[in-house]
Amino acid sequence: MADTLAARRRLPLTWVGMVPFTAFAVLFLLLPTMYIVVGAFRSADGGFTFENLVNLFQPSILASYWISIKISLATAVFGCLIGFAIAAAVTLGGLPNWLRGPIMTFSGVASNFAGVPLAFAFLATLGRLGLVTVVLKQWFGFNIYAHGFNLLSFFGLTITYLFFQIPLMILIITPALDGLKREWKEAASILGASGFQYWRIVALPILWPSLLGTLALLFANSFGAVATAYALTGSSLSIVPIMLYAQIRGDVLQDPHLGYALAFGMIVITGIANFVYVWLRVRSERWVK
Amino acid sequence: MRVQRFWSIIALLFGFIYFALPLIGTLEFSLRARRGVYSLDAYRSVLSDPQFRETFTYSIVMAIFTIFVGALIVVPTAYWVRLKLPRLRPVVEFITLLPLVIPPIVIVFGYIRLYNTSSFLPMTGSVTGTNLLLLLGYTTLSLPYMYRAVDTGLRTLDVATLTEAAQSLGAGWFTIIARLILPNVLVAVLSGAFITFAIVIGEFVLASLLNRPAFGPYMQLVGANKAYEPAALAVIAFSIAWICMGLIQLVTRFSKHTKAQR
Repeated sequence: MADTLAARRRLPLTWVGMVPFTAFAVLFLLLPTMYIVVGAFRSADGGFTFENLVNLFQPSILASYWISIKISLATAVFGCLIGFAIAAAVTLGGLPNWLRGPIMTFSGVASNFAGVPLAFAFLATLGRLGLVTVVLKQWFGFNIYAHGFNLLSFFGLTITYLFFQIPLMILIITPALDGLKREWKEAASILGASGFQYWRIVALPILWPSLLGTLALLFANSFGAVATAYALTGSSLSIVPIMLYAQIRGDVLQDPHLGYALAFGMIVITGIANFVYVWLRVRSERWVK
Repeated sequence: MRVQRFWSIIALLFGFIYFALPLIGTLEFSLRARRGVYSLDAYRSVLSDPQFRETFTYSIVMAIFTIFVGALIVVPTAYWVRLKLPRLRPVVEFITLLPLVIPPIVIVFGYIRLYNTSSFLPMTGSVTGTNLLLLLGYTTLSLPYMYRAVDTGLRTLDVATLTEAAQSLGAGWFTIIARLILPNVLVAVLSGAFITFAIVIGEFVLASLLNRPAFGPYMQLVGANKAYEPAALAVIAFSIAWICMGLIQLVTRFSKHTKAQR
């Protein structure tokens, strides 16, 4: 009895240590987000409503969500495939060991290189006067812009986003590939499995949760990106983050609460993607330790 | 085995070409400012622009403050959670990862509406207030990197024993954190700090929507109005990212060295 009383008296003091962090997180992370979420369910006169969310289902907004989802999905899928191929080449491909360090370091830099400079880099490379465009035209007489290529498009944005998506995939999937035990491969080959069979029956099922989880993470990663797309295309490509950017700057939707709903939709989509990532990650950790 | 190596080389070669071309392209483009010959004109033009110096300085100062505020919040919290409230670790970890889940543009949208001039905390009403808001926004963005780095650093320490030893020698909480915990996790703090630096220097959305004269919005403006200068800016930005990454490697290697000597 005396013990529990003393413990109860001591408890508040222990919690005092959490005050700075809690105050910071509440004021500058949780409360602003809650404000947006609540705003999405509030009508102009302050009452509760679903109208803002219903209003999201108009053609122009749906179209921008759709193109955002398509771009995010395309960059996530290609980022996963190419990143996996490179990571597998480095970890299992029998290449010299010294390659690994530089590739991981480069991935660390490039995965954080989203933003305005990335757009400049691709404009200087694949833009109308970019190095690759000019070289292809002068040396091979092949004008990619005459053949329908445009950097300021769905395809161009996907190629640009891959510059930070592939490295992120490499960073996340390499530990999982390292976790594939050599015994499994030996056991499989003793039982007569070919390399292809080993991958199909043993390795891929084990890696499957990590692969799908990382796919979800890459999806969320590109869904929230603004700066690269804005610097690359201005506001000509109407993806959701750019629409929200324009809305915050100048209320282009002419309805502040629709803006909240737009932002709320972004949170829901990135939230689901991240939830899938965490859930699949927990599953994959049962095998890969 | 030979087939495997063949495909590995193909994958790596593809990756090398994809990642090298934009870097070479940018560098080449940035040197093209004078017709017919390669020159450093674009860099000269960028470096002599007073706006470049102002925004660049602004962002550097911002990054340094962000690192200080971030360390001030993260180090004591991570230490305290490990020592006294291990039950809370998953919760704190979850909160620190939230800035990766909630897009920054949504967070800053919340700031603008929550702290506008007619709110309980009218931070966007004054220049100092907006600067402070931007600073705290950057601290929020750096939280995932900073917390993970420091928490990993703390894992190698026996926090409880160290604390008891310090307390029995008469140290108070401030002394323990400033003179015992901080020096021990300094390497972790530094590696978190360099990532923070790299992020803050080029950050665009927060600075642009809060209307602060930072380097990110400046780059965007140059990109919309000039031809060769953007490429020069991209080269500069990429060099900064590389220097930060190099410093992380250097600091980590340095720390391994001191540990081996012990």
